[in-house]
Amino acid sequence: MRRRRASAPAPEPDPTQGIELRGVGHVYGERTVLRDVDLQLTEHRVGVVGANGSGKSTFARLLNGLVVPTSGRVLVDGLDTATHAREVRRRVGFVFQDPDAQIVHPTVAEDVGYGLENQGVPADERAERVAEVLARYGLAEHADHPAHLLSGGQKQLLAVAGVLVMRPARIVLDEPTTLLDLVNTRRIAELVAGLDQSVVVVTHHLDLLAGFDRVLVVDGGRVVADDRPAPAVAAYRALMADR
Amino acid sequence: MLALYVPRASLLHRTPAGVKLLVLVVLGAVVFTVPTLPVAAGALAGVVLLGLLAGRLPAAVLVRQARAVAVWVVAIVAFHAVATDVLTGVTTGVRLLALVLAAAVVTATTRVTALVAVVEKVCAPLRLVGVRPARIGLAVAMALRFIPLVAERADRIREAQAARGGRVRGPRALVLLVVPLLVSVLQLAHTVGEALDARGADTA
Amino acid sequence: MKTRDLAYVALFAALTAVLGLLPAIPVSALPVPITAQTLGVMLAGAVLGAKRGFLALLLFLVLVAVGLPVLAGGRGGLSVFVGPSAGFLYSWPLGALVTGLLVELLWRRLNLVTALVATVVGGIGVVYAVGIPFISLYSDAPLSAAATGSLVFVPGDLVKAVIAAVLAVAVRRAYPVIERPRQEATRP
Repeated sequence: MRRRRASAPAPEPDPTQGIELRGVGHVYGERTVLRDVDLQLTEHRVGVVGANGSGKSTFARLLNGLVVPTSGRVLVDGLDTATHAREVRRRVGFVFQDPDAQIVHPTVAEDVGYGLENQGVPADERAERVAEVLARYGLAEHADHPAHLLSGGQKQLLAVAGVLVMRPARIVLDEPTTLLDLVNTRRIAELVAGLDQSVVVVTHHLDLLAGFDRVLVVDGGRVVADDRPAPAVAAYRALMADR
Repeated sequence: MLALYVPRASLLHRTPAGVKLLVLVVLGAVVFTVPTLPVAAGALAGVVLLGLLAGRLPAAVLVRQARAVAVWVVAIVAFHAVATDVLTGVTTGVRLLALVLAAAVVTATTRVTALVAVVEKVCAPLRLVGVRPARIGLAVAMALRFIPLVAERADRIREAQAARGGRVRGPRALVLLVVPLLVSVLQLAHTVGEALDARGADTA
Repeated sequence: MKTRDLAYVALFAALTAVLGLLPAIPVSALPVPITAQTLGVMLAGAVLGAKRGFLALLLFLVLVAVGLPVLAGGRGGLSVFVGPSAGFLYSWPLGALVTGLLVELLWRRLNLVTALVATVVGGIGVVYAVGIPFISLYSDAPLSAAATGSLVFVPGDLVKAVIAAVLAVAVRRAYPVIERPRQEATRP
């Protein structure tokens, strides 16, 4: 997929605008994965649920410019993801389902420092911030270990740490607990609950959504329910029961 | 992953990687421009002594390397004994051993990270043709990171197939392993590309 | 080069390493067991195209040179670059490059036969064309002697060329990584 080049200088981001989708649709080749999505997300914690193949992974990728919609516009804090992809990606951290695909350096500390290197953070400040984040997520003793030897839960913590160290304004998590056991799922849930940043979480773990402000149900490429967690989850269960 | 580096506190270990590589290149040039037995034998003796004394390497490290090329040495000596003369054969064989062992000594006494740093330094002039040297370091780091991961996926595929009574012999076994492994690697590459972008790789 | 290309290059270097770690597969009709490593050369070229395939194998050689035991049989380090069979190693990036060039040229007409032409020419032709003269120069032996010794590997390499060709065709259909084949190179 070809990214459109940035032309206009980036306007000053306005955090009060949140994430806005205007008439968004997305097509991969012949397959329509999203259609007619109009939304404004300003809540602190937003959940997204939906069956496999419902379009929620694409939805998540729209929110930080990894995917640019084939129709409509996505605005993050007022920045269009199509024309200001780089600024948007700096503002919106993204945690992937499979931490193995997200960890790109051989050792733990090196990997956490990777995003900071890209931001041009000087080496000594980098080391400081990496150490701080590793300590916060219980990875300090593994700093020089090969990332490959971490457990699945530790790998996901490392992936989250690698994003948080960049201090994004918002964080999108795409099924962050799908590959984890119950204990590690709880750890990630607690971590998400404790974040100051606004978060969007795509998930199959409905328990994760209990304290959320808003939950979207995606089905067949459309948002079919948009409510507080309890009614939204009830609507989702009813929808799935009919299959 | 396991490297061929042998950790020791020695003079050779402390010598900068660039110096050792330079000596290796000079040695290669000398033994090929002066193809006589005294030069080749001298080089071999020097390399062995240097590795054992100045590098404090266990003899087993050198023996293992020598064994890996033993077939070649024998074949070369035998060929020249028949086609030209024994002296040429022995000179060529000894020269081979000297070079291979010299390279093995450098590898065993130099950390992977030090050698990667040399690679980056050597590649620095490529900046002029638009190659970012930092990208080379990142590519090496990523390959180091993904070798164990891809190896693990290969193991899982083999296990899954063995559990279903899969064949382990013949070209078909290779196909049955490589097809899912390739799919896995392509999917991984796609997500890794996204993950690099999400963490600002293209803004660096 | 885009970030995604970097991911492809690094992962195919890793794939080539892992193919070398696999135990050699004995084939009853062949004199020597098949090691899968040179399959990585053909696959990198056929799946990634000339440029990325070349870089993937170049990166793989860097991994070998810095002392990782990623060559078949757990070998690696600088010594393999100065031995008599080093020519085969040096040929790998070129082999991937030529395989990739041919696959890109034949992109519109890529089928089992044309893909096989690419993998045989790039993955076997180029590799032997560099590797055999190197042995001959290195050991002061005539080309014919060096070539004879390499013949035992040809059947195994042909098996790999067929596998790589089958995969190249399948990947082109299901998951094309080569986005801009040669004919379209003028598109903006």
